[in-house]
Amino acid sequence: MVMQKTALSVQEIRQDFPILKRKVGVNGSKPLVYLDNAATTQKPYAVINAINEYYSNYNANIHRAVHQLGEEATAAYEQTRRKVAKFINARSVDEIIFTRNATEAINLVAYSWGRKNVKRGDTIVLTEMEHHSNIVPWQILSREKKSKVCYLGIDDQGYLKIADYDRILKEEDVRLVSVSEMSNVLGTIVPLKDIVKMAHEDNIPVFVDAAQSVPHLPVDVQKTECDFLAFSAHKMLGPTGVGVLYVKKEILQEMPPFIGGGDMIREVHKQNTIYNDLPYRFEGGTQNIAGVVGFSAALDYLAEIGMDKVRRHELEITRYALSALNGLKDVTIYGPQNFNDRGGLISFNIADIHPHDLATIMNEHGIAIRSGHHCAQVLMERLDVAATSRASFYLYNTKEEVNLFVDALIDARRIFRI
Amino acid sequence: MSDDIYREIILDHYRNPRNKGRLTDPDVTIHDSNPLCGDEIDMHLRVEEDKIKDIKFEGRGCAISQASASMLTEMVMNKPLTMVKNLAKEDILENIGLTNLGPARIKCALLSLKVLKMSMVKYYTDKDPKSAGDFSDEVVKY
Repeated sequence: MVMQKTALSVQEIRQDFPILKRKVGVNGSKPLVYLDNAATTQKPYAVINAINEYYSNYNANIHRAVHQLGEEATAAYEQTRRKVAKFINARSVDEIIFTRNATEAINLVAYSWGRKNVKRGDTIVLTEMEHHSNIVPWQILSREKKSKVCYLGIDDQGYLKIADYDRILKEEDVRLVSVSEMSNVLGTIVPLKDIVKMAHEDNIPVFVDAAQSVPHLPVDVQKTECDFLAFSAHKMLGPTGVGVLYVKKEILQEMPPFIGGGDMIREVHKQNTIYNDLPYRFEGGTQNIAGVVGFSAALDYLAEIGMDKVRRHELEITRYALSALNGLKDVTIYGPQNFNDRGGLISFNIADIHPHDLATIMNEHGIAIRSGHHCAQVLMERLDVAATSRASFYLYNTKEEVNLFVDALIDARRIFRI
Repeated sequence: MSDDIYREIILDHYRNPRNKGRLTDPDVTIHDSNPLCGDEIDMHLRVEEDKIKDIKFEGRGCAISQASASMLTEMVMNKPLTMVKNLAKEDILENIGLTNLGPARIKCALLSLKVLKMSMVKYYTDKDPKSAGDFSDEVVKY
């Protein structure tokens, strides 16, 4: 426990990430300051080497091969599934399905569970701060089923209006609640336990878009009792092309398959097929084995540091950055001002500088930030802005980098003659 | 380089856009946006005797896209339609003085030209579908 309380050794951690040694910007003169971690994170040597090792030493297709390489590849793949289950504290390894990304995981549930369970006139409850990936699949489903999507609003601080949630649950025929645990724009961390508890009182299942939360916070699916949960490996040091879907076993057992093909079957005959056991039934076709093997190394890396420590480090950086931004003139910060209620990202605007112009100026300083609507146009409309700039942090970011970011903001003001 | 992009004239057109607004009775109105960044431009035109008699734009977006639109309206006001037809990307970039923009930002600078060319196609199609052919070829990949 004493170990847990000590701070992260960020300088040591940075040594593990080759890309952080890069110079970018004008004539490659600036050290890279990577503040776009909510979009994707950088990869440590451990992940890069694990993928290299897989292709160099035991590349084979999984599950059916009798030869040694096949057995080794299968073992590595299935061991990752166990690590994922442990990482989010799932009851059973059978509840973990590998997908391409969080988006595919949401689509899988909308297609499989949704088409079976959502009926005409039903309501799917989302929130105003959802990513497009947690909106569009439910719109597609609702168009087919003549159900509707309804949005739980946010207040001016960026918190969910929980009183309205209670009313929606009582007034509408709610069939599913699907909510992001942490907003990719506002950073708001939602009261997930309460959201699930209130829905469960009416036997309504809850889907959690955990794309921003699992990489940055300790997540425990047994504690929150959510029914579905999705996240992506590449936002937590892992490779692109691997996502995770968690579904409670009793729900998963009743779900029809999503993608038909090899590996998801037990027996195939001319006119009918007997599907494979869980979770293989939902993993049709050859999976991204190398990606899963790389993800395994990412999970080890984060588990060894401890998600409590990752969270504490991000809180510290966010607190520091918020106070620096609040000290600048004409800066609007979106989302909760209390940094304890937000994850490690800050969306903001400064004076009349458009976010794309700001990102261009930042880029010359070697600083990678994101600008635009962040795949959250419903939220942009609610905030009545066309775009915002966003700086998002991870375990390798430092206060010195925040200082460089603030210096670049001051330079942007000069360039825009403010 | 940012100092070269965000020169006084660009910031002036961004903050005090010329010909911004709507026309009460336009011959053609066209809207387009850049899906990557959300920049938006609407163009409203009145045409008389094959000349652009009046032009106004509405829009929101970055300094480059909005200043470029403002400067483009000044450039084509009272000019013959044939001049619009012959406008090339390079003319726009030279007009606004931004000839070495990167691939991500060049689309911002050219959005208004794309919308203007689209409105020409619509104008001719509405008037006489056959005559739009020449202009249709102009609305290529920006």
